Amino acid sequence: MSFAFFQETLLTLLPGVPLTLELAFLSTAIGAVLAVTLALMRLSGVLPLDYFARAYVFAFRGTPLLVQIFLIYYGLSQFPAVRQSVFWPVLREPFWCAIIALSLNTGAYGSEVVRGGLLSVPHGQVEAARAVGMSGLLLFRRIVLPQAIRQALPAYGTELILMVKATSLASIITLMEITGRAAKLISDTYRVIEVFVVAGAIYLIINFVLTRIILALEFWLTPHLRERPEARELPADSAGEHA
Amino acid sequence: MRDAATPSAKVAVRLEDLHKYFGPLEVLKGISLDAREGEVVSILGASGSGKSTMLRCINMLEVPTSGTVTVGEETITLETDRRGRPRPANRRQVDRVRTKVGMVFQTFNLWSHKTILENVIEAPVHVQGRDKRECIEEAEALLDKVGIADKRDHYPAHLSGGQQQRAAIARALAQQPEVMLFDEPTSALDPELVGEVLRVMRGLAEEGRTMLVVTHEMGFARDVSNRVVFLHQGLIEAEGAPQDLFSGGGSERFQKFIAG
Repeated sequence: MSFAFFQETLLTLLPGVPLTLELAFLSTAIGAVLAVTLALMRLSGVLPLDYFARAYVFAFRGTPLLVQIFLIYYGLSQFPAVRQSVFWPVLREPFWCAIIALSLNTGAYGSEVVRGGLLSVPHGQVEAARAVGMSGLLLFRRIVLPQAIRQALPAYGTELILMVKATSLASIITLMEITGRAAKLISDTYRVIEVFVVAGAIYLIINFVLTRIILALEFWLTPHLRERPEARELPADSAGEHA
Repeated sequence: MRDAATPSAKVAVRLEDLHKYFGPLEVLKGISLDAREGEVVSILGASGSGKSTMLRCINMLEVPTSGTVTVGEETITLETDRRGRPRPANRRQVDRVRTKVGMVFQTFNLWSHKTILENVIEAPVHVQGRDKRECIEEAEALLDKVGIADKRDHYPAHLSGGQQQRAAIARALAQQPEVMLFDEPTSALDPELVGEVLRVMRGLAEEGRTMLVVTHEMGFARDVSNRVVFLHQGLIEAEGAPQDLFSGGGSERFQKFIAG
């Protein structure tokens, strides 16, 4: 083990960071839209939508992400109809196949997190919103969603971190993100330990920074859950806690 | 003795032959009631008598199984869905009626992610589409009126129950409602906090606001309201001016009820 080799490895792997982040962020963003949609379908009370969302979550949570990536990247191209369709320019790109697989996968997990967040909004507050004349999208946008997001944020932060790590599977379909570069370097040098230690350290640093950002976001979004500065002056009653 | 301003002859809320079932249980068995403008009506009754359900029918938080609800000039049209359950025929109409009706809940139900000021301006700005700066000025005046002007930037969780309920009253007033509904506004409060909320409500009554108040506060019913309605098992059992009812009028059951 030499310091020089560590340095060389680091310089080889670091250019993979942008691709890793791109895969993680883009698919988490698309997945979040999917997650909210699926959660709303689950809670819509419309049976066909509810069952579709359940089946979707069951399928995508119950099968390995790697299998999903293979099915999309290698599987879809087996069908001439797909190759001749307008989607082919997208579907033949490993980058987009990875994005699709990661998004569909995190959408399934995320929908359960979002559903929990939506269910956590106190019924009385929804009723109060109805009583002032809110309904539909306005009520969802102003009262339900902001509280659901705050509730879901800690769990969704974990999901984002899982996604950063899940991008390493994209290396299997030729994407040269951090793990892809590491694998290539190992096949060139046979120095497994050094390379993977560096790769692991890079993921660790990315996730450390992300964790801090999520914590800061959580703090910033939940002033109502913090103790107020002059809490000591609060009168000694707890009526506000009745629900 | 009654402090409220003399009510006019104009009807603010009219309930006609309201029936409400929860499953097989008939909670309201045919309630008819007029509340005139400026009138303060106290609604009393044991728990399960249907008094909250009746109040919640006025702004369609509960949809009556049959009967009609009229707020101001507007009668809410109902229809039945495919499963034979009643529902408002026109969601827009319900939203419109709701903006004219302020409601105060037993558990305050302030929006916990918004500050007190944001709670108060939410409906005027985002439902009624009024000018935000104007609404903020008005909200500050309302918070001052209910005695919590200094709490405008606090979050609900940082207030005592009495302060939260006063904020909720300010929120309802900010809608500039024609009618105020109070659903047991002091029942969730510690005894020493009840007074501050009742004082605010008494002030509103003196201004001549139309108020329907479901309450267990006998003092408020007797001293502040123009009319007392006593519900028993989904029917109005006794109704009249508080000075008549509280001096031995009304039914025997009512006398037993107020005797505790």
